[in-house]
Amino acid sequence: MSENIQSSEKKKFTISPQVTALLLALLLFLASGFLPNGFNSVDNAINQAFNILRLSAFLALIAAGQTLVIISGGEGIDLSAGAIVTIAVLFTYKFINGDNAMVLPVLFFVVACGAAIGLFNGLGIAYLKIPPFVMTLGMAGVVTGALLVVTRGLYDGKVAPIMTNVIARDLVWGIPGMLFLWIIFGVFMTILLERTRYGKQLFAIGVNRLTARLSGVRVDRMIVATYSIAGALAAFSGFILVGWLQNAGLLVGNQYLFPSIAAVAVGGTLLSGGKGSYFGTMAGAIVIQLITSLLTTMQLPEAIQQIVYGSILIVLLIVYGREKGIRL
Amino acid sequence: MSNKVDLQEGWRNFNRKNTYVLSLIIFIITTVAYLLLQPNVFDEGVISRLLTSNFRTWLPVILLAIGQTIVMLGGGLDLSSGALVSLGNVILAISITSNEEPWFNLLIVLGVVALGLIAGFFNGILTAYLGLQPMITTFATSFVYSGLALLILPNPWGNIPREYTKVYRNTSWFGIPLALFIIALILIIWAIIKNRRYGHFLLAVGGKADAAYYTGVRVRRIRISTYVISGLFASLAAICYTLLTGSGSAVSGAEMTLSAITAAILGGTSMAGGSGSLIGSVLGAIILGTIKNLISLSKMDSWYRVLVNATVIILALASPGIINLIRRKK
Repeated sequence: MSENIQSSEKKKFTISPQVTALLLALLLFLASGFLPNGFNSVDNAINQAFNILRLSAFLALIAAGQTLVIISGGEGIDLSAGAIVTIAVLFTYKFINGDNAMVLPVLFFVVACGAAIGLFNGLGIAYLKIPPFVMTLGMAGVVTGALLVVTRGLYDGKVAPIMTNVIARDLVWGIPGMLFLWIIFGVFMTILLERTRYGKQLFAIGVNRLTARLSGVRVDRMIVATYSIAGALAAFSGFILVGWLQNAGLLVGNQYLFPSIAAVAVGGTLLSGGKGSYFGTMAGAIVIQLITSLLTTMQLPEAIQQIVYGSILIVLLIVYGREKGIRL
Repeated sequence: MSNKVDLQEGWRNFNRKNTYVLSLIIFIITTVAYLLLQPNVFDEGVISRLLTSNFRTWLPVILLAIGQTIVMLGGGLDLSSGALVSLGNVILAISITSNEEPWFNLLIVLGVVALGLIAGFFNGILTAYLGLQPMITTFATSFVYSGLALLILPNPWGNIPREYTKVYRNTSWFGIPLALFIIALILIIWAIIKNRRYGHFLLAVGGKADAAYYTGVRVRRIRISTYVISGLFASLAAICYTLLTGSGSAVSGAEMTLSAITAAILGGTSMAGGSGSLIGSVLGAIILGTIKNLISLSKMDSWYRVLVNATVIILALASPGIINLIRRKK
């Protein structure tokens, strides 16, 4: 029965959101060549493409945990991701302090911190029934507040040379190391979502919590696990981010929070849960990053940039962000 | 034994019908703590002065929380209302500079209200009519509104005549400030609407949209109307905020959106829609304000303030869940 429905859906000519997003990205990129200070040769174009891909990679990394949380449904969202990225950036920067030997221990420590913060989110949401929006918003406040208490606005440190080499520089054939990391990460996320029990149960609780529970999924545990993984992934992206920035800041993660949610939405993941993919998020991140880069290249004033960014986002959502099945 | 079960059942029913009960309890606790920390509360005029100074500061967020609650009752979310406050605030600040042309000033105020209604309608069309996801859509429109605000007034500036700000800041009758009268008026109007057709339809749409649709409710219209109401309250909040500060800034409303949502949820309104109350949201906003006041009264090291504020808010949000967990164990 379900196969019948699927095959009849396939017969209709539809382009998946991910492909649309990628086509759109390509179009936007080619359009950027016509700008006065856009690229003017093939080499230049390739360079610029890599640069944008590298920036998209950070956005997509931060959006990875967000994708999981949003798929889990129940108005799932992680507004603490930005704060977790910040805390990971600061910890990495401070504790590594330019020492290659400290890279792995600090990575584990930072990821564990992120997972612990996510665990609190998950416990509050699953067992205390706090809506995810305010739970994670409050958690962002707690994390930022704790950072203020500990650092008192001052921080100090240095990135390890190995991180600079792998993340910020070109690895082989002029391709940034970050891109290899991103591809490996993308494969890992896709396997997690499509090929594991965790992934199957995640989609199940996203579609319908009740039916998932009746068919034997431990919903509360799944929620706690998902928010913990999201926290760990956010911390991991903070660790990577500091390798690129070579510097830290007390609010460095916040600017990525809403763009990461936009990337998830543009990538065709339903914000109401139960449907989505990491491939979509990757495509969405490229689109969002391209728009941002284009607006920066055009050197428009901040006010105009905001207006154009918002308008493009609205148009993107109208084109293919519509929720199916609502005809009221 | 059965008596006890009845009592429990009754308490649960009461809770379900009056979603604001817990926020009322937290409100009483925080307010009593606040009053105890104030020196000489019982002197003449102190209470009245406290009411005036606090409620004129809280009113913008309270108004936003009320608008947000209506949207949430219909099953939506409006992340653009704070940006609308900024937009209204800067328009008022650059236009109203003297009290010599009262009719022109009134026209500007009405223009800001109309702008709020139009912006809300735009949000409504996008989310309810085109079926876009409310959270990300209203976030996108908030960029447009705050970008416009920044375009109009890049640097904070303003010179609202003192004759106007004085009316908002200091008016009170019988020791009760103007802001409280405004809140009471809104709550009374809502109490009437709530039990009429619109109120029933709104809760039906938020609770189960497709069932409402099959029983003949015009779901889209109701949803659009909630965003229009939210836009209206955002422009009212902008007017109050401008009168409070006497000037304009393009980021004045940025922090208010999330406060308003937190206030609504503290007040027992469900994010999934269909259940909640305006009085709860008003209480929620007052609780948020009182917590801030308590922190500044406690003379705590200023580095700890953000942490303590956020922790207390989480604890307040968690209190219904904690009570339920304890009760289930028993």
